[in-house]
Amino acid sequence: MNEMIKPKDYKTDIKPIWCPGCGDFATLSALTKTLAFMQLKKEQVSIISGIGCSSRLPAYIDSYGFHGVHGRALALASGLKAARPTQTVIAVGGDGDGFSIGGNHFMHACRRNMDITYIVMDNHVYGMTKGQPSPTTEPDWVSKLTPHGSGIRPFQPLAIALSSGAGFVARGFAGDPSGLAKLIFEGLRHQGFSFIQVLSPCPTFRPEQKLWKQQVQPWPFDTTDDPVLAASRIHADEGLTTGLIYQRELPVWQPGAEASDTLENIEQGFLV
Amino acid sequence: MRPTRNENPKSEHKNKVKHLKKKHSISVAITGAGGSGAVTTGLMLLDAMSRAGFYGYMSRSAGPQIRGGESAVMMRFASQPVFNTDDRFDVLLAMDWHKVERFADEIPLDSQSLIVCDENAGEIPAPLLQNGAVCRALPLSKTAKSIEGGRANMLGLGVLAILLGLTEQAMQQAVRATLGKKGDKVVADAIAGIERGMQFVVAGTQDLRLQPKSTAQKRWNISGNEACGLGALRGGVRFVAAYPITPASDILEWMAPNLEKLGGSLLQAEDELASINMIIGGSFGGVPSMTATSGPGLSLMVEGLGLAVTSETPVVVMNVMRGGPSTGIPTKSEQSDLNLALYGLHGDAPHLVLAPLNILDCVFTSEWSVSLSEQLQAVAIVLSDQSLGQSRLVTDPPDYAGFNTRRVVADASTQHYQRYQLTENAVSAMAIPGTPGTTYTADGLEHDERGTPSSMAADHQQQMAKRSRKLAAFDYGQHWAHVDGQGGIALITWGSSSAVCQEVAERLRDSGMQTRVVALRLLMPLNVQALQGLIKDCTSIVVVEQNMSGQLFHYLHAEQAIPARAVSYARPGPLPLRPGDIVEFIIAGVQADE
Ligand SMILES: Cc1ncc(C[n+]2csc(CCOP(=O)(O)OP(=O)(O)O)c2C)c(N)n1
Ligand code: SF4
Repeated sequence: MNEMIKPKDYKTDIKPIWCPGCGDFATLSALTKTLAFMQLKKEQVSIISGIGCSSRLPAYIDSYGFHGVHGRALALASGLKAARPTQTVIAVGGDGDGFSIGGNHFMHACRRNMDITYIVMDNHVYGMTKGQPSPTTEPDWVSKLTPHGSGIRPFQPLAIALSSGAGFVARGFAGDPSGLAKLIFEGLRHQGFSFIQVLSPCPTFRPEQKLWKQQVQPWPFDTTDDPVLAASRIHADEGLTTGLIYQRELPVWQPGAEASDTLENIEQGFLV
Repeated sequence: MRPTRNENPKSEHKNKVKHLKKKHSISVAITGAGGSGAVTTGLMLLDAMSRAGFYGYMSRSAGPQIRGGESAVMMRFASQPVFNTDDRFDVLLAMDWHKVERFADEIPLDSQSLIVCDENAGEIPAPLLQNGAVCRALPLSKTAKSIEGGRANMLGLGVLAILLGLTEQAMQQAVRATLGKKGDKVVADAIAGIERGMQFVVAGTQDLRLQPKSTAQKRWNISGNEACGLGALRGGVRFVAAYPITPASDILEWMAPNLEKLGGSLLQAEDELASINMIIGGSFGGVPSMTATSGPGLSLMVEGLGLAVTSETPVVVMNVMRGGPSTGIPTKSEQSDLNLALYGLHGDAPHLVLAPLNILDCVFTSEWSVSLSEQLQAVAIVLSDQSLGQSRLVTDPPDYAGFNTRRVVADASTQHYQRYQLTENAVSAMAIPGTPGTTYTADGLEHDERGTPSSMAADHQQQMAKRSRKLAAFDYGQHWAHVDGQGGIALITWGSSSAVCQEVAERLRDSGMQTRVVALRLLMPLNVQALQGLIKDCTSIVVVEQNMSGQLFHYLHAEQAIPARAVSYARPGPLPLRPGDIVEFIIAGVQADE
């Protein structure tokens, strides 16, 4: 019999580029823990990302992976899942990558509902480009690029996921790695698109996020399958509560049937 | 400045041109308002002519209406294969005069031309008559009303059938093939209309009947877009992701059900940024993958193409060109995306650019592109265009090219697997997700042989050299160009202009001017040496293409593939290049040199 796979078996020898204390370390270890817990073989898993600090994650996990271009992780992951349905496909990235440049793909991936798990390490900032506001940044947060703050209200990724048709909407916190691992496990088990927003502090550009440790609270409700109820709860929330908020079984889109004809036959259609 | 010649040669040149013998063919146009059935009539005529043993080419043009606007079909028939439109038309069947002026440029008529129209249609628009075309007005709609289920277009088709010497039997078969799905009544009514139309006597016209070569041969009726799709399937493509765009959508519509039958799939993406990245994902997953688009979509895909180059993920992009830039002329043809395809990517990004030479060649070039892309783990951009994609051809069935399309794949548990290993031919084995022992992360960041991101100069130089050498050192064989004829005149061309140049060369040869045609199928990497060798003894070298700036001409100069004496014949779309115009241009040049 094969030996049990341990979390460290998924680690590569590449040293993360992340700053000390970066929340992304927690997602990395929660992921390897979950993969080991599920005893998923390395070759069964593909981790797909875009560009950003958080998008560097695939190189640090010994599985198949693709570090693509900024904002297109979900597109690449969808193509992979369509062509190779047997792979466990996990897309990862940051809030800029997923909600700004990749916002359109986010909505459509939710709607398409392929069996993909999407983990966004949300630090409310562009880390890699050294500190500009993202779609989830507070309007009064001052940066070099926005000396008076962006002046724009942040959007609510959970609400967008829900209204775009996702069947699994959750929020985790890097400061609670075992809670996060549980959510990832539920996400991987869920049939269809599962979206997990991870509050992932950036101590370098958002040092004030150290306070999240005290502010983050567990979601005070059980998971609902009622989208209206879920929406009202999400909108009433300040954005720092964690848990599996909404889960519902929805039709999963996965193309690919057995071949039923030959090309020679199809070509007969051109005969006059 | 690009050297050009006098575009209006003096009349003496014109005289000489007139004497050039032309290929024996008949050109027919059919126009009508929305609902007049002009396109259906054309499709039936094409079908009937192919049953009678002829070859044919049919292009189409439409007004801006989404549905039901005026439209025109332009057809050419011959006893030998035809791939392009002629200089002029022998017959115009006009169902009505609704906005027909819109098509006047596309349907040149002269004193030898015949216009067949309905006597109730009103006055003929002057532009159609200005060159002396003869008009025969017939009671088409009136007679149609007198027969059950009669339609004027079927009577018009009957008139064309008589003029072209088609039998009732061929017409009946064509009706069944085209309208069979609509039921027996529709078929019977159409046949009755056609047979009534065949009783009209059209007096005082030339004999428009061609000699059929053989009716025994099996012929195909195929559009360029279908042919591109077919070539891709032959090449092994089993995953397509794409966003709809004219004039490329018919590739997708043909492929969707057929991919499914072959166990593959098509994903309609949310945009082209998605579609290019989706096929990169599909190909990374081990399935040969492609997308189809047109200029605006190709523009959006450029960043993704760079990712495929750097990560060495094979993908094929069928770009069906239309008038540009911006939204341009979505429904009409132009060869103006060459610069984008050659130079659009940022960084040094070696990739393949190919172009099919005619509708039939779409099958071959598309299959070859997939084969090259898979073997070389490279991006292949295929430049078709609207005049190929949305035109139909009656042709001999395409041969089987039988390429070796397999990519080099890593075996399970390869020791010390390195995705981007430097190898003899610079192609390194690709591991397919699911394979144990060869896990790796593909990357658009520069990387070392293992795939680990690296900004070291040595890694960048090695990997760039690898990506460049795998394309430069590959033996592309004879397919890089179609070379035909020899002599002092050389026509260098690409893509859809190739068929026109073939005809130009035939006309020049018929008048004693030996001409060589070099039609480039593989535009990048360019076979500079071979091209130089083919034209070195030519005194007159003309680069022919359908765009305004002479994109191929400038590219060939930049590559030092052509000498300073070469000249450019570049005309923008959307009007097709006319063989007669090019013949005039060349003769003017030759005489100027004499
Ligand atoms: C097309 C393109 N535009 C801009 C960039 C520059 N860029 C790199 S990462 C990034 C933002 C990253 O922010 P986020 O996704 O939130 O990830 P983080 O670094 O915070 O983890 C930007 C704008 C790029 N790589 N590509
Ligand atoms: S900049 Fe912020 S997000 Fe990026 S690695 Fe450092 S702490 Fe993490």
